[in-house]
Amino acid sequence: MIEARGLRKTFGAGASAFEAVRGIDVVVRRGEAFGFLGPNGAGKSSTMRMVAAVSPISGGELRILGLDPATDGPSIRARIGVCPQEDTLDNELDVWENLFIYGRYFGLPRAVVRERAEELLEFAKLTDKAKSRVEELSGGMKRRLTIARSLINRPDLLLLDEPTTGLDPQARHLLWDQLFRLKQAGVTLVLTTHYMDEAEQLCDRLVVMDKGVIVAEGAPGELIRTYSTREVAELRFAVGEEDNEVMAEKIADLADRLEVLPDRILVYADDGESVLAAALDRGLRPVASLVRRSSLEDVFLRLTGRTLVD
Amino acid sequence: MTVPTGSAALGLRDGTLRQADYWAALWRRTWRGVLATSFLSPLLYVLALGVLLGGFIKADPARMEGATSYLAFVVPGLIAAHAMQLAVGEATYPVMGMIKWRPTYQAMLATPLQARHVVAAHLTTIALHLAAATGIYMLVMVPFGVYATWWGASLAWLTQIGVGMAFAVWIYGITCRLRNEEGFGLIFRLGVFPMFLFSGAFFPVANLGRVGAAIARCTPLWQGVNLSRMLTIDHITWWIAAINAGVIVLLLVGGWRWAHTGLERRMIT
Ligand SMILES: Nc1ncnc2c1ncn2[C@@H]1O[C@H](COP(=O)(O)OP(=O)(O)OP(=O)(O)O)[C@@H](O)[C@H]1O
Ligand SMILES: [Mg+2]
Repeated sequence: MIEARGLRKTFGAGASAFEAVRGIDVVVRRGEAFGFLGPNGAGKSSTMRMVAAVSPISGGELRILGLDPATDGPSIRARIGVCPQEDTLDNELDVWENLFIYGRYFGLPRAVVRERAEELLEFAKLTDKAKSRVEELSGGMKRRLTIARSLINRPDLLLLDEPTTGLDPQARHLLWDQLFRLKQAGVTLVLTTHYMDEAEQLCDRLVVMDKGVIVAEGAPGELIRTYSTREVAELRFAVGEEDNEVMAEKIADLADRLEVLPDRILVYADDGESVLAAALDRGLRPVASLVRRSSLEDVFLRLTGRTLVD
Repeated sequence: MTVPTGSAALGLRDGTLRQADYWAALWRRTWRGVLATSFLSPLLYVLALGVLLGGFIKADPARMEGATSYLAFVVPGLIAAHAMQLAVGEATYPVMGMIKWRPTYQAMLATPLQARHVVAAHLTTIALHLAAATGIYMLVMVPFGVYATWWGASLAWLTQIGVGMAFAVWIYGITCRLRNEEGFGLIFRLGVFPMFLFSGAFFPVANLGRVGAAIARCTPLWQGVNLSRMLTIDHITWWIAAINAGVIVLLLVGGWRWAHTGLERRMIT
């Protein structure tokens, strides 16, 4: 569905030029859910906009649905659905009109768009809001409307730029559920996120992006196995105690790897509980401790030395 | 991999028509106000300038470019000037709004529509607005007996729409190239306002002296004022009419390019 080789995006020219995407290779296959995981400014949106055929590429190669966005932009856009990071709903129109008018841009007959608009309102659980103005919707409702709108042309490929950012946990789970249903229906999903749980839940495969480059690629479980241990023990010490660095030295030999963060120490080991017990034996007295499974957050930390959400 | 479906480019007409429902939806919300003001402002203008001020002016038709009364002289000028103001108004703030303050164009351009379709549809709605506003203006003037012939009045109407659109396309292109709305003040103060006063709408440009008249005759507004006046009072010098019409057409053709390349540059980054 998507093939990118050495894909680049540069904004501006000359001395002020800024390279947001610095040569990435990505292949997305039909029917899969593919994710771009990365912190703010990683270049996720810039990549998504190129894939959506609304932003010209600055270098490399890009094929979407086998087509070249530089020459076949309209044909590509006719067959994809796009949910941009910032909602682009029309505040002057009501909910139903937002769907209807957008559908008309695809050249669909009025009767067809009417029918689909009803279906999609149902899908987005917005039927009783059909005549409301967009301004009156909550953030989660707007997001659901944007996703519903992106489906009006029955796309083969759906691009979602941070579909759940800013939503409360309940709204997020509702959206995940809807995205999962789309995936079951055979729609190829490409999404960006900086939530690792979202990536783990939704993505078959993902790339971790940082500063315009891809730092790792694989299935979520695969990435965790490759770049982290099975478990992590987190130790938090009281303020004013010895430096975290000094603490860490005392237990360095117990773990496969240690990460010293300003507020806690992460101890990577396959058996977190026994490491924690051993640390306590050596006289460490954390004010709080927990043992958990490794997550994509740990993968990211390992690869970039930084946390995902700061 | 999917096989390319063959990418027949979306035609300008088809792409423009796809936006008809959008513009109709906006129009449904605003038409009452638009129509009301379309009636009111010509009535007030013609009362103040044509009837009350014109009552003082008794000049020889030869000094009024052939018009038999000041009212007959000033009406085509008023309508052309009105068309210019309306067109500039429509091609500044509303366009900047759809570029910057609201994501209208952004949403459109995420669909198969291209910048030229989006621009064509927006300009078409401006043309329709101009047609309605100048048409009403001209109809309101019928009882005042200012039209020599019905065909001249009809061609004058097309001229008013044409000169309005000549402004619309160029200002649209400028708006696309402006970073923000601060430049609009300059357009209004240094472009629209002097042209409004000195392009022959209210008095013959000959009164400006040789140099002044020559400058006035270079403005786009004068082409519309002069052509529509010749047509409404049926006092036509055909070679001048041809130049007026030719300039308007050239402005439209060049401005169309300027407008849609402007939006492409602004939105496709
Ligand atoms: N139109 C633009 N002009 C100039 N720079 C831009 C533009 N769009 C993005 N950038 C820059 O490109 C970099 C990558 O931005 P991008 O929006 O792709 O990041 P992102 O991964 O989507 O981040 P976030 O998680 O915050 O959405 C940023 O440093 C940003 O400032
Ligand atoms: Mg982004």
